[in-house]
Amino acid sequence: MGKRWANRIALGVLWLCGITTVLVLGAVILYVFVRGIGQITPEFILTRPYGVNAEGGIGPTIVATIYVTGLAMLITTPIAVLAAVYLAEYAVQGRLVNAIRFAADTLASVPSIVMGLFGFAFFVEAMGLGFSVLSGALALSFLMLPIVMRATEEAIRAVPRFIRWGSYGLGASKWQTVSRIVLPSALPRILTGLILAMGRAVGETAVVIFTMGQAINMPFTPLDSGRSMTVHLYTLAMEGINMDAAYGTALLLMVMILFFNLSARWLTARNRKVKE
Amino acid sequence: MSEPLKTEKAASSSGLKMMSRATYFREAALKNIFLLCAVLAVAAVGLIFVFTMARGWEVVKDPGLAAFLGGTEWSSSLGRFGILPLINGTIAVTLGALLLGAPLAIGTAVFLSEIASPRMRSIVRPAVEMLAGVPSVVFGFFGLVMIRPVVAELTGGMGFGTLTASVILAVMIVPTIATLTEDALGSVPPGIREASYAMGATTWQTIYKVLLPAAKIGIIDATILGMGRAIGETMAVVMVAGNAPQFFKGLGAPIATITSQIVIDMSYATGTHKTALFGLAIILFLISMGLVALVRALSRLNTKKA
Repeated sequence: MGKRWANRIALGVLWLCGITTVLVLGAVILYVFVRGIGQITPEFILTRPYGVNAEGGIGPTIVATIYVTGLAMLITTPIAVLAAVYLAEYAVQGRLVNAIRFAADTLASVPSIVMGLFGFAFFVEAMGLGFSVLSGALALSFLMLPIVMRATEEAIRAVPRFIRWGSYGLGASKWQTVSRIVLPSALPRILTGLILAMGRAVGETAVVIFTMGQAINMPFTPLDSGRSMTVHLYTLAMEGINMDAAYGTALLLMVMILFFNLSARWLTARNRKVKE
Repeated sequence: MSEPLKTEKAASSSGLKMMSRATYFREAALKNIFLLCAVLAVAAVGLIFVFTMARGWEVVKDPGLAAFLGGTEWSSSLGRFGILPLINGTIAVTLGALLLGAPLAIGTAVFLSEIASPRMRSIVRPAVEMLAGVPSVVFGFFGLVMIRPVVAELTGGMGFGTLTASVILAVMIVPTIATLTEDALGSVPPGIREASYAMGATTWQTIYKVLLPAAKIGIIDATILGMGRAIGETMAVVMVAGNAPQFFKGLGAPIATITSQIVIDMSYATGTHKTALFGLAIILFLISMGLVALVRALSRLNTKKA
């Protein structure tokens, strides 16, 4: 077998890998879409489940999901962005920065079930917050912190040096430069990171199941418990009750995730266009 | 700013040497606030470790360390909490996931970085990124309703077990491994590629004799992180593994992993049982931290060599 043939076969296999990956994604999306689309009615989105088979809608679970994600975002964003500002603009390379990086990497790789158990032990029990939206949001913020930190740090590092020099040259202080020059120009990429982190939070199950609880409940104050869409899907699928509602929930979840992904993508593309 | 331009040594590297005392204090205060935020990340890891430790360390007393780490039976009704069957299950599904997922992911990365036209790339790369965003319950659900019946057909059982879990995990680790491998291939200097082509090598020869060896450490890192993802993945595994804490009996037989056992038992566990679950969490935490440390050590090795 000549090297030309070996080349052709190998390249064919590599093409197959690329195409398989696309097909797998396509299969998941298409399957969930086809089986779920018939479920999506205004009643399904707005009303609450009732009866032993969870008939009716999934309204409260949508509210709980958006509530806990929004709250987690509010907690995470300032801390993560300022931490990234420190790492990218202020920190002198050394042992402390190394420790912070290692901690952020570790935090990013802690399995979500460990995060869930920790959230249960710390926020639910030790801090006495109970199964609540607040406990869920605090636990989720641990999960989102490294994602937002990493994105912000990269965004800040991508801001060209000469813009900073221009600012310093005009007599601006460090903080003035960071707050009025660096952060605004890094903003689109920071937002992209935030959106992707929100997507993670919406899709997270193991963390919220042990911190926000499983009761179907319309949460009102942050101390109310609730069941997220992911937990609802998990429960329906595991108990094998009302598979139709499970398909509907899966579809709505995928739509939300795709929405987050596409808007992050759109932001990145628009940002690139503006720069050119 | 009642004292205009009182000279203070600048706290920052901005090069601004002359500033009012008020400005100086504000700058220094802000810097410390940022530092505090950054240290919170370290504190978070510490907090997780301390709290899971506090709740789980008593496994050394009640089942006893030997019975916990060396026990071959996990049964809450008998009060036996030996983790070997769970470790065995985790290893089985992780190996399966790597065998199926890693070649696919590395192939996809090579395709993206070396072969694909810009047009193909603009289809495949977003697909890889979106695959990373699909929630694990949706993968689990997909595995339950789509993959499980196929596996049941093949193995003659219910379809819950190692094979189904491995297939789903393989799909889930593709984005992790593919993205990082593509980064590693991208950082190979273009000159090496050109030299290889100039010698008359085909694309494939260039890929496997030049590029893959050059990006070796990056690809190993990527695979280790993908492995970490597979070990820690929870919901997707719970939904398709069958959740029977027994040793590997074949691809179609039900199995339980460390993570899936925590989810299943957490709803009713009390006392020693609950302590044992936190003990499992400690083990997961240590594994993930160990893998991160390993990856960092490898990359340091790599930069030193370069």
